[in-house]
Amino acid sequence: MTQQILFNLFNGIISGASYALMALGLSLILNLSGVINFAHGGFLALGAYIAYSLIPYVGYWGALVLAPILTAVFGMGIEWLLIRRTYGRDPLYSLLLTFGLAFIFEDVTRVIWGSQSVAYQIPSFLARPLSLQYFFLTGYRLMIVAIVALAVLGLFLVLTRTRIGLRIRAGTADLDTVSVLGVNVRLLRSLNFGLGIYLAGLAGVLAAGQQALEPTIGTSLIMPSFVAIIVGGLGSLPGTLLGGILIGVAAGLTSVFLPSASEAVIYVMMGLVLLLRPRGLLGEEGRV
Amino acid sequence: MARTNMRAANWLLTLLVWVALAGLPYWLQLLGSYTSLGTQVLAVGLAAMALNFLLGFTGVLSFGHAAYFGLGAYGAGMTIKYLVPNTILGIVVGVAVGAIAATLIGFLIRKLRGVYFAMVTIAFGQVFFFIAYRWNTATGGDDGLTGWKRLPLDFGFANIDIAGNEILFYYFVLFWFALATLAMWFLLRSPFGHTLIAIRENERRTRFLGVPIDQHIWLSFIISASLTSLAGALFGLLNNFADPHWLRWDQSGIFVIMVVLGGMRAFWGPLIGAAIVVVLQDVISGDAVTHLIANAGLCGPDGSCLSWESFIGLFFVLVVLFFPRGVLGILGRRALP
Repeated sequence: MTQQILFNLFNGIISGASYALMALGLSLILNLSGVINFAHGGFLALGAYIAYSLIPYVGYWGALVLAPILTAVFGMGIEWLLIRRTYGRDPLYSLLLTFGLAFIFEDVTRVIWGSQSVAYQIPSFLARPLSLQYFFLTGYRLMIVAIVALAVLGLFLVLTRTRIGLRIRAGTADLDTVSVLGVNVRLLRSLNFGLGIYLAGLAGVLAAGQQALEPTIGTSLIMPSFVAIIVGGLGSLPGTLLGGILIGVAAGLTSVFLPSASEAVIYVMMGLVLLLRPRGLLGEEGRV
Repeated sequence: MARTNMRAANWLLTLLVWVALAGLPYWLQLLGSYTSLGTQVLAVGLAAMALNFLLGFTGVLSFGHAAYFGLGAYGAGMTIKYLVPNTILGIVVGVAVGAIAATLIGFLIRKLRGVYFAMVTIAFGQVFFFIAYRWNTATGGDDGLTGWKRLPLDFGFANIDIAGNEILFYYFVLFWFALATLAMWFLLRSPFGHTLIAIRENERRTRFLGVPIDQHIWLSFIISASLTSLAGALFGLLNNFADPHWLRWDQSGIFVIMVVLGGMRAFWGPLIGAAIVVVLQDVISGDAVTHLIANAGLCGPDGSCLSWESFIGLFFVLVVLFFPRGVLGILGRRALP
């Protein structure tokens, strides 16, 4: 029993790490531009499929590095072409636009790479379980946690230690003032969007090696990411990270005791948070 | 002067809508179409109009209304299947289920605004989707709720066969549609409705007038969701079926696009938007378009072709970029019906 709980706890941390990675990207874009990027799951799937197509040419590790970058570049193109046009308008329009993009992405991915799931090869030494004695934990799962930790660390370093990060944080607080101070807000939003999509692409590449790679891979992750942001608190990136890991662990532990409720438990958590602390665990006051 | 003209135009439009709806089965026949397409427009259009009560007239961004639509359908279907084979009772239960769910969820979210409200309504909507999708024994899971049928109305002195006669069923749906739209019309013209519009226009100022904003939004949410459930119940009765995908977030998005396409500041806008989307869906899923796509080479190596999802997605993008005010947007910013 203890073994089973430990196993599911660790599984929960892993899925929580994926939720957090995706939710952080969503949160970045939402905080600075006020856009709920519904197409985030589509970008995630795209990142995974780009990596899948790159592996024959650049190998597993090359794809792991390149695919998220290519996804981010594509994302910035979409931002420049379409999403930019909804800035400053009723949030309804950006929601509808990215909603439409989500439909298109999923459909086009299905046409290009097929509707059946494809096998995503990971290096064999990562696929082996580390220990047969305790629980079935592969090196790959451990690597996911390590990479997510690295990415999160990198993100927080960028946001706190670089000029562009400083501007993103300042823009989140008050975009008008930042604009008046002479910062190119258009470029800032574009880079910020690229950063968010990079995280989505990375989450996609990591998820592809762990679960079946199929066109709906992003759709199944987007709702938990929403819940992670709401639980963690709107406007707070540490909150989003915490929210992601919390709901991952909660879903993991619930699957030990009540498997059929593991999908529902995260919504119950969301309801509780909204009831007791409507701004979310680490949300700032007045941002609701 | 312009204002008088606008009011006259609104009345004329209302008259036109009712005349068109009253004779719909007949002129659909003339166009070579079928009655159930008209019934579909009525049910889906009612859902879009009910959503617009919240979206366009209260200014609150709900993106999870498909859940209430589905709850209405499942409420009606499960009542008829498991409890009492009575069409009216099915509708009543469907609306009640939706109203109860909206009351509970509305309580949790009444303080939220803007994108936050949108995100939370989407996420809560998914809860009901999962219930319908997973609870195989009661809801039929992925296959949907089958094995039930709408029944003829039996008033004792008269028996109206809405089960077998499509045209009679159309008028049955039109009766409920009229009840619901009249209710919304009067509500919007009441002090309550004026307060909702004041909240939309300037929430802070309205709050300073001493209006309890959160309660108004909560009530508006309940009204909007309950009428959406009514639409869902009627839609379920039309198909003798309930589908879990009616509750999913993509269906919510489709309701919102109907509202925007028709014009969210106009009372009848969403109905027009719904009619356009329903007819488009009917056309795109037809064989001719499928052949066209295959012939145009829009298919992948494994033979899966672009589906209507791409078209509806493209449609979303185009409406947002080029047609944000909708068909009736030309009627201007006049808020009241």
